[in-house]
Order: sequence, then C-alpha cells, then structure tokens
Amino acid sequence: MSENEAVDSEDQVEDTQKGKFLTFCLGNEFYGIEIKYVTEIIGLQPITEIPEMPEYIKGIINLRGKIIPLMDVRLRFRKPFREYNDRTCIVVIDIREIPIGLIVDSVSEVISISDEEIVSPPSLNKEGNKYIRGIGKVGNDVKLLLDSGKLLTDLEIENLENI
Amino acid sequence: MTDQYHNEPMLELFIFESMQLIEQMEQLIIANEKFESYDSDAINEIFRIMHTIKGSSAMMLFNNVSTLAHSMEDVFFVLREDKPQNIDSSQLSDLVLEGIDFIKVEIAKIRNGDEAEGDAAALIESLRVFHATIKAQNYTVRDQEMKDTATSQGYSAPKKQQYYISKVRTEPQSYSSSFQATLYFEEDCGMENLRAFGVVNDLGDLVKEYYHIPADLDHEDSAVVIQEQGFTLFLKTDRSLEEIHRTLSQTIYLKDLQLTQVKNCEPFEDLHEERKILLNDSAKIFASSSGERITIDQKESYSSASQQSIISVSVAKLDQLMDLVGEMVIAEAMVTQNPDLKGLELNNFEKAARQLRKITSELQDTVMSVRMVPLTGTFQKMNRTVRDMCKKLNKDVRLELIGQETEVDKNIIEHISDPLMHLIRNSIDHGIEMPSDREMKGKPRWGTITLEAKNAGGDVLIIIRDDGGGFNKAKIMSKAREKGLLQVPEDEITDKEIYNLVFLPGFSTNETVTEFSGRGVGMDVVVKNIEAVGGAITADSVPGKGTTLSLKIPLTLAIIDGMNIKVGDSRYTIPTTAIKESFRPKTTDIIVDPDDNEMIMVRGQCFPILRLHERYHVNTLVNNFADGIIIMVEQDDQTLCIFADELIGQQQVVVKSLPAYIKHTKKVTGLAGCTLLGDGSISLILDIAGLFTVKKTG
Repeated sequence: MSENEAVDSEDQVEDTQKGKFLTFCLGNEFYGIEIKYVTEIIGLQPITEIPEMPEYIKGIINLRGKIIPLMDVRLRFRKPFREYNDRTCIVVIDIREIPIGLIVDSVSEVISISDEEIVSPPSLNKEGNKYIRGIGKVGNDVKLLLDSGKLLTDLEIENLENI
Repeated sequence: MTDQYHNEPMLELFIFESMQLIEQMEQLIIANEKFESYDSDAINEIFRIMHTIKGSSAMMLFNNVSTLAHSMEDVFFVLREDKPQNIDSSQLSDLVLEGIDFIKVEIAKIRNGDEAEGDAAALIESLRVFHATIKAQNYTVRDQEMKDTATSQGYSAPKKQQYYISKVRTEPQSYSSSFQATLYFEEDCGMENLRAFGVVNDLGDLVKEYYHIPADLDHEDSAVVIQEQGFTLFLKTDRSLEEIHRTLSQTIYLKDLQLTQVKNCEPFEDLHEERKILLNDSAKIFASSSGERITIDQKESYSSASQQSIISVSVAKLDQLMDLVGEMVIAEAMVTQNPDLKGLELNNFEKAARQLRKITSELQDTVMSVRMVPLTGTFQKMNRTVRDMCKKLNKDVRLELIGQETEVDKNIIEHISDPLMHLIRNSIDHGIEMPSDREMKGKPRWGTITLEAKNAGGDVLIIIRDDGGGFNKAKIMSKAREKGLLQVPEDEITDKEIYNLVFLPGFSTNETVTEFSGRGVGMDVVVKNIEAVGGAITADSVPGKGTTLSLKIPLTLAIIDGMNIKVGDSRYTIPTTAIKESFRPKTTDIIVDPDDNEMIMVRGQCFPILRLHERYHVNTLVNNFADGIIIMVEQDDQTLCIFADELIGQQQVVVKSLPAYIKHTKKVTGLAGCTLLGDGSISLILDIAGLFTVKKTG
C-alpha cells in the first residue's frame, strides 16, 4: 500500500519537475540542466584541492559533513578559466546517486521548456557537442540543454583512453 | 528462480541465518571430533540445524541444498533416536563436513546472484549408504518387532523417511470428536504445501491424531493439489469445534475454511489400508514439528545463555551511524569554538558545552564499540583448516587458541580471515614435520600451532606460532638469490631480514606444489591483504624450534590518530602510528645527489626527503628546508622524510573515503582518504605505504 503511495508521489514529483530546467551561464552562453538532477545551489566555499586530478576537477568541499567533488564546467568545456567572484555558484547535482558540484559563472532562473521547443543539436562532426542533449528555445534566446549523465561518464571513457 | 530477486530481504536473511547455522554446526563437529564421539546434545543441535536449513532452503526453492540437508538430517535422526553404538565418527565427520562445504559453496553462489546449481547427488548417496549402515547396525540391537515395522515401512516408501518410528500409539483411541477440515488458500499465496504444513504444525498441541490429503507435504506437487482441491485434514481431538475453528482460521492467506464434525473414525477406517503409512507420516510430522519447536526454544535459551540478546544490523547502517557521529563531533567543535564567542565571558555556556563534549565523545566510543567483534569466529574457523590439512597430509597438529575474545573492527575481521587461514596452512604444510620426523628430533608426535591475539595500544597483535622446523635460512637465501629478490648486500643482511624475504612476491621454498600451499602467490597476497587494512606482518624463526609470525593490525579503520600538517593552503593528515619523529632540519644536513634527489642525514643515517608541495603541486611560500619541518615516517621498515610547512596538531580523525567520482577519475597514490577538521575544512589523509611507491616511481 504505502509503496504504491510512494510511487504515486514520486510520479507527481516527476511530473511537476518535467520540462523544467535550471539555467546558468558560462561566458555568453546559457545552459540548462534538468531540475530533477539538481539538489541545491550554494555559494562558493573553500575548496580542498586533490592532487593529480584533471584540471577541471577543482577539488572537494565539505557540504554539511558530506564530501562532494567539484567540477569547473568552464574547464570541462575547454573554455578559459575565469577567476571566481561573488556571482560564482556551485550547483550540486545528483546523478545516479553520485553527488557532484558544478562550478558555473552564475545561476539565472528556472524555466519551463516544453518538448516541442527542444530541438536536437545540429550534428556537427566529431565530438563537438557531446554534452548537449538538445537546444531549447525560449522567446528569442537559446539554452543549451546539458546531458548531465555524459558529464560524468564521458570522463571515464577519456580516462581509459589515456591509459 | 526469479523469486530470489523479488525476495531480496528474505534472501539476505536466509543467507545470513544459514551461514550462521552452518558455522555453528562446523564448530560442533570439530569440537566433537576431538573426543571421537558425538554427545547427544551435539546430535540434537546438528539435527535441528539441518532441519532448519532444510526448511528454509526449501522455502527459498534451493532444492539441492534442501535435499542434502534432508539426508544429513536423516542420518542425525537415526543417531538421535536410535543411539547406535560403534559408529564411525570420523567417517561421519568427513561426510557432514563435506556436506557443510557443499552448502557453503551453494550459499556463496546464491549470495553472488548465481544460480545454486551444484549437484550433491554423490554426497547424498554416500550419506544414504552411511545412513543405511548405522541403521543396519541398529537393527541387530533392536527387538524383532521394531525391525519388522521399520523394514516394512522401508519397503512401502523407500525414498521416504522410513525411520520415523511412530511415537504415537498405533492402537486407535477414542477421542471425544473427529473433524474434517478443508482449507483453501488464496490463489497467489504460493508454497501451499509449506503453508499447509504450518497449519498442521499449529494444530500440533490440540490434536491427538490426524492425517491429511495430500499426505506428503514435502513434495512440491502437493502444492498444486492443495491449490486445486484444498487441503483436507481429518483430525481426532478432545477439543471443541470452536477451538479448532479458531486455530485454523488464524492461518494466513486463508481463503475458505470448512470445518465439520464427522462420525468417529469414519475416514480413518476408510483408509485402513493406508494406515501404516499415514501414521508413519503423521508421526513424521509430529517428530519434525516437535523438532521445530525445540529449535525455537533451544535457540532462545541458547542465545540468552551465550549471546545475551542480539539483533543483527547491517554494517552499512553502522557505517552511516558512525559517519553521523563523526559529523556531530565536528559540529560540536564548530559550536563550542565558534569565533562569535571569542572574548565573551559565558560561564553557563561553558558548562553546557563541556557536558555536550563529554556526551559526544562517549557516543563516539559507544558507536565504535558497536562495530567491534571478537575474533572468536575467525579463530574457530581455523580449527577446520587444521583438521582438513592434518587429514590430507597425515600430520598431527593441535591448534591452541589464546585471546580469541579480543575485539577488532568488523571490517578488519573480514580482511584478515583469509590471510590467517593461509598462514596456518603454510605452517602445517611447511613448518610442522611429519610425526616420525618429529619423534626423531625428540619432539612430541603432534605439532602445536598457537594462535594468539592481544591488544597492544591502538593495534591488535595476532601471533601465529608453530613448533615446527623453522625457516631454513640458507634455503631462503639461495632462493632469493635465484629470483633476484635481494636488495641488500648479502653479508649485511640480518636474520630478520632473511626471514621477511618470504613475504616478497614470487617466493616459495617448498619444492613441491601441494593443494594447499607452495605456489608462491600466497605470501604476498597475505601481505597485501594485511596491508589493505593498515597492518603489517613480520616473521621470526628459530631453526629446529619453530616459527613465529606476527600480524599487527589496527583496531579500527574508521577512526585514526592523526597528525595534521599544513602545506600551502592544503592540509594533510599523517597517521600517528607511522610517525617516528618530526624536527626542524638544518641546511647542513641536507645532501643532494647528482639526480637531484634530496636526502637528509639524521644521526649518521641517510633518509630520502619527499617535498609534499612538489609531489602534489601545491603552491607554498615555504621552500627552504630551514623554514619548514621534516616529519620522519616509517612503514614496513622503510623510512621517508616528508617536508611540510608546519605541524597543526594531533587529533583523532574520522576517516572518510574520497568521493566515488574522484576515485573513478583517478586513483591518487599516497592518499588514503580525507577527513573533516574541527573548523569544517577538509584534510587529506596520506597513505604512507603509497608515498613510498610514489617516491620510487616518481
């Protein structure tokens, strides 16, 4: 019984979150990430660096007793590093039980983008936009919708190649 | 078999319980084997264990396990009921231990999500033969009448348990009333035969005589019959209709119940021909149901006697609790040492804070103690190893256990069980001589292996001592030369260094490879396992007198005593156990070799220096040795000097592993984990053993 209810409420949560994206900006571009992955947004915190990590993994933070790794999305997308300022935010996301913090230039808003407004990214050659799942049209703006799963998994593949 | 995926919690419970029972039984057998006879308590206990395993594995549909348990149960039933004399106890032990091994393997398969498909037919066959032998012996002592009954029953149902000699009187008795009850179960309740068995079990006390259709509840086909035609029960009792009705209607998943009073004995008379079998069957049910009841009673009394009252909790939950308490300790420090409070005179607050600190540290200790488990189980298992080895190698070895009540963290116990077993095997295989050789040397025929555990500060020492031949120094040396394992000049090597060569990978002195040891992979695996839990192993030996292996393992992995150091903005924690000393170096003591390796001379000895900031590319202002501090660390007889900016202080830290994502990305050598400091910042825990490899390769 209670199980059914739980499933129901989970469905509801899914429903209300469907089509909603948290948008943030990196340089001039706006990116969107599905809201269901987002746990919270926090300001910048003192970061403990971990040696021997790829450049885009900035280190770990202590989030109320939980140790969470941080990824600088700018560096992940091979954009130039920008000094962190008071608008810099950490978006904590939870992908398949793995929590990770994304460092972004700034967070803007939560918007709804219906499926009709999402087009698949132009298929450029190579892996040019492997992290983009689609492009959402909002008014005159375009938001690049991130495939959050790939942010993590691609990395492992890269690693294997390195070895 | 798809059921097992739906029944995860049940399956887990099944695995847990069965393993526990099997281990208990193994110990019983080993203990009894020493006296070369089984006392009635042990027989009862083993019978009950087998019965429980039979039932639960049948419930979980692991038929091979259940059939095997069934045949073992058969054997012990005869032992229990007939008390035959002159049984070959060593043969019995062999058979039963083989059975235990089979069940263990199957359970391991189940645990790993594989199908338990092992075939125990051969084993069951030998059990059956053994069963027949002890029974045959028994007939000669028993009176003729009994023999007749038993054999005739044997003919009528050869595959059934012929030996259940009815305990109820065979003379029909007149009870006040007879009932016929038909029970229907809900369609999808499953395992109808076991549920029906449960019903019969429930009635056990109330009913004097009964039989049921289908008669054989053990067989799976009966489930289908019950499903289609219902479970029909004829019973004679002196209880009232209401009472029976009440008991029956308590059955779970009951869909329909018809209970009618029938004329005395009518159905019983009708089935006169089948009477013998039926009675036999009902007796069997009686026997097993009473067996079950005893199991419960005994279990309760057993646990109350020796284990107080115990609940089993998953280690994951304990880890979680541990984490939470760790966080609370930090939060407590954050509150009581809050910068906002600086300079304020707060007497009452101080008092309350002290109280809080006391309670949190007590809480921490308690949680730690919850995770501690005595080594008893691990040590007891070794009895079995010794026994098997002795049988195979025809050696006579006694195992002495000392200090098995010493408690160690659960996680660590899991890691040291295999290494211990391996070391003991090695001792028996290579160490202890054959009985004849021992006599020639003037030693007792039997070898002795002492397994001792004791607390030594923050560590537990486990010592394995044998009185065998000891290490052969010359042999070890020649072997080491041959394999190119020598790193020290031969004339400088100490005895101890020679003995510890055996722990190097690829070292094995036994010329012949045996089933148990001698492949040369064992020792370094042992060392790896021990090192994985932060332990160390050393060997010492007196030629001709024996060998002593000492394992030093930490009490726990979850909390370590650490020295916090600072390098630039980063903090690192070094386990205090590894630190030998720390000092401010003099520039004059520093030596640089042509490869730019820096070394330092301390009291005439030269040690390599590892600049932590260079190693981990940390920006720091402290580059001169004179400004920083050197921490000398030692692990496995290797010494290294770590250069850091400054010491922050010593503290007990809760070890946390690095986030999964980081670990997936790259395994950073030299980092064992991280921890939270009092101010909420993170410190990285250095893995000293890892730093050595870093030093070597980098």
